[in-house]
Amino acid sequence: MMGLLGKKIGMTQVFAEDGELTAVTAVEVGPCTVVQKKAAETDGYDALQVGFGRAKAKRMPKALRAHFEKKGLPLATSLREFRTVRASEFAVGDELVAAGFKAGDIVDVSGITKGRGFQGVIKRHGKHGGPAAHGSDFHRRPGSIGMRTWPGRVPKNMKLPGHMGSVNRTIKGLKIVAVRPEDNVILIKGALPGCRGGMLVIKATDESFETRPELRRSGAKQQAPAAEPKTDATAPAAAETTAENTKE
Amino acid sequence: MNILERINNEQIRKDIPSFRAGDTLRVYCKIREGDKERLQLFEGVCIRRHRGGVSASFTVRKNSYGVGVERVFPLHSPLIDRIEVASMGKVRRSRLYYLRKLSGKAARIEGRGAFEAEEVAGEESAEAKADEATTAS
Repeated sequence: MMGLLGKKIGMTQVFAEDGELTAVTAVEVGPCTVVQKKAAETDGYDALQVGFGRAKAKRMPKALRAHFEKKGLPLATSLREFRTVRASEFAVGDELVAAGFKAGDIVDVSGITKGRGFQGVIKRHGKHGGPAAHGSDFHRRPGSIGMRTWPGRVPKNMKLPGHMGSVNRTIKGLKIVAVRPEDNVILIKGALPGCRGGMLVIKATDESFETRPELRRSGAKQQAPAAEPKTDATAPAAAETTAENTKE
Repeated sequence: MNILERINNEQIRKDIPSFRAGDTLRVYCKIREGDKERLQLFEGVCIRRHRGGVSASFTVRKNSYGVGVERVFPLHSPLIDRIEVASMGKVRRSRLYYLRKLSGKAARIEGRGAFEAEEVAGEESAEAKADEATTAS
């Protein structure tokens, strides 16, 4: 599945034309650069290695730096591979932009969840806990964790207190509400894992995503037609913002 | 934050009149029935304004055939055709929840500004009608 890398900006809400309110997360998606192409003959599988963000040279291992500099590409803060049989149709240095997504697309979003530290069993596993009053002395404890001399051990995967959060989570089947190519921003319905500014991987479930011409941008000239195939809801809004930008 | 602010500002309506809790509002909402669209009037006292950018809302309370009805409108909803301020009311708090316990004459609100004197008469006649409806049902 092909996708793009992005940065979580934050949540807000959006009115549909029929007045329905939708909670959305704004994600800055791309532009992502194709850094490396992997082919079945040489690497055993077909994939595109894609970079996102601008990194400082001194913050990067030399080996990784050379990986970019050899190809004359800007240093990216994050690198990910996307498996795709159409890897050969892309060229190293191609820019992949948010316009490749369309309103109504279904995407899967992965990211590192917020770290919660060491948490008890109620927050971590949703256990109910004991009564608060009447002298129960049993409030937020995990309760019994096993039987007796047989089996004489704690069963595996017992739900106990421990570290919570800071793990990779994927949320599947999220809908794209709007695409704003001029900002490189897409609005995805619902909440996404991680903090604001966190890195996200947005995978398109639509097979045709990687063949869309709007996905690629080689020069600035091609950006204008790429902005057109959008829903009517976002088009006038998009025109307004570009007008505002030019004023500024 | 800049992008989020821009997304929000695009949705904020600039044709909303200034009003506050205690004012009597006429809210014209768009209602879609099949392919036809018509306007429905909801008139009553604004008992609360909830601030918060795009997510701002306000609550209008009216007495419909003896039954108190409250409706919460998102302030920037595209379903609101227009809002008219029928009269301004003089109240001493921003959340008029106490109106829920009151009815008839006790639920009147004194006029403010341009509506200070004349409105009392108008309000009274409206209340009287409502009272009749209550006794009838």
